[in-house]
Amino acid sequence: MLELRSLSKSFGGLLATADVSLAVPEGRIVSLIGPNGAGKTTLFAIASGFLTPDSGSIHFLGQDVTGLPPHEICRLGLVRTFQVVKPFAEQSVRENILVGAHLRRAGHRDAAEKADEVAELVGMTGRMDDLAGSLTIAGRKRLELAKALATEPKLLLLDEVMAGLNPTEIEEIIPVIHRLRDSGLTIMLIEHVMQAVMKLSEYTWVLNQGRLIAEGSPQQIARDPAVIEAYLGHGLAARIEAENRANA
Amino acid sequence: MRTLAAIAVFGFAMAVLPAFGPTDFMLSFLTLMLLFAYLGQGWNILGGYGGQFSFGNTVFFGAGLYVTVITQVQFGLGPWAGLAAALLAGAAVAFAIGWLSFRYGLRGSYFALITLAFAEVFRIVANSIAITGAGAGLQVPLDPSPANLQFVGREGFYWIILALTVGSLLLAWQLERSRFGVYLIAIRDDEDAARALGVDIFRTKLRAIVLVGAMTALGGAFYGQMFLYVDPHIAFGVSVSVEVLLVSIVGGMGTVFGPLLGAAALHTLSEVARETMGDTPGLNLALYGALLVVMVMFLPKGLFGLASFSARRLLKGWRS
Ligand SMILES: Nc1ncnc2c1ncn2[C@@H]1O[C@H](COP(=O)(O)OP(=O)(O)OP(=O)(O)O)[C@@H](O)[C@H]1O
Ligand SMILES: [Mg+2]
Repeated sequence: MLELRSLSKSFGGLLATADVSLAVPEGRIVSLIGPNGAGKTTLFAIASGFLTPDSGSIHFLGQDVTGLPPHEICRLGLVRTFQVVKPFAEQSVRENILVGAHLRRAGHRDAAEKADEVAELVGMTGRMDDLAGSLTIAGRKRLELAKALATEPKLLLLDEVMAGLNPTEIEEIIPVIHRLRDSGLTIMLIEHVMQAVMKLSEYTWVLNQGRLIAEGSPQQIARDPAVIEAYLGHGLAARIEAENRANA
Repeated sequence: MRTLAAIAVFGFAMAVLPAFGPTDFMLSFLTLMLLFAYLGQGWNILGGYGGQFSFGNTVFFGAGLYVTVITQVQFGLGPWAGLAAALLAGAAVAFAIGWLSFRYGLRGSYFALITLAFAEVFRIVANSIAITGAGAGLQVPLDPSPANLQFVGREGFYWIILALTVGSLLLAWQLERSRFGVYLIAIRDDEDAARALGVDIFRTKLRAIVLVGAMTALGGAFYGQMFLYVDPHIAFGVSVSVEVLLVSIVGGMGTVFGPLLGAAALHTLSEVARETMGDTPGLNLALYGALLVVMVMFLPKGLFGLASFSARRLLKGWRS
């Protein structure tokens, strides 16, 4: 569905994306992990048209979308969320979601219906009239997801929608993402929360210093001692093991 | 719905006002106030809703003003052709400025400066070429008749400008519940977030500035019909640019009634100042400047913000 071919991107002397190729299969939940500064967000930004790659190409639904501006890529059905959430802070939750809903619905009432539907899906129905700026972190992450969903995408790129949430809040959002996949959406997520990666994703790519260093099912990745030791560090390795034991 | 009712009540009350025998002075005062409420709404659409602050809206006003006068004086055509030409000219100038600024992503003070610069260039050009009558300006011959869009009494333009103002209120009301308006506000609040949701920033801004250019030029054209005279200073001086942004900021940016409230407040204030302190040149601008400082410091949401805030407080107090 989304195919990245030999993408590279550098900022000054820093190689943030180094010859990355991957293909996201339709109808799955897949994930991208890696330590801080590995280039995960940069890769999302390239795929969604916010950054143009220095070399390589992006194909979405069989079409070469390299160099297209973000709004056109969004229209084709690929939407991203932002790691540092970007609510329209002065506007209500409803108005925020409406911006996304208007992409495929010109009429105000039609768009408002879509906004209500999406709010229901992510559990924000009771918050529609709150100012986006007044939401908690968990609320803002949900809103970020809702805005993206309102564009009625085919592929959703979620950049750390669970970072900063407490375990209960994470438990609440996991079924939401499952439901989205079941409704036919393809989802690619960036997460540091391993618990979520293990529970949600069927396939994982590991990025380090701009380079893909491993891929496979999360279980394979988590057991891959080379990945753990060399790239994720001892802290994370211990956490994954603890989580594996807890989940077993 | 409440907004719509308020617009209807306002329009009706103002429309029947001439029946109560206001003085000529009163009618002129209200006509100019309404004109600036209308022109202010033009600034408000791009600046208040869209977050793109223009310092040179007089370029559209002046283009409309010159074009109507020139079509009549230099080409011998009627004022109606002049109005149509003014609309087109305003839209064309706005398209050019918008295309240049927004294509190259000029925002904030850069956009403000480029609009200011355009107005200055237009003023200098108007000052030095023959078709505009250069520094001496142009005068439309006085010949009152509806076909000439000239009236003997003051009510004629009062009603026309009132209709424009009511139209601009309806436009703002409609904007708030349309895709175009939703996109414009989204762009004001966060361009990247808007782009991610499929908003074509360039197109939306361009549409907005063309709309504003056309409506502001129409205001300029009617101004020309009212005074039957134009010179470079009236058309492209700073005062219209400053006043349209002031009425919006004072009244409340990004609100339907902001420009109207702001225009009422500013025009009343400057009239009172003129009565008490005489016709000191530059007094208006000094006063406006002081008022702007006060508003920005104490009432960043404008008079409309204050009004709705107190209304809510009152309602709360009354309920409990
Ligand atoms: N616009 C930019 N200009 C310069 N350098 C950048 C820019 N964006 C990212 N970088 C750098 O590129 C590298 C990759 O950043 P990126 O944000 O993609 O990492 P990440 O994997 O998302 O990290 P994190 O887990 O902290 O979010 C970092 O070293 C970062 O400092
Ligand atoms: Mg990141």
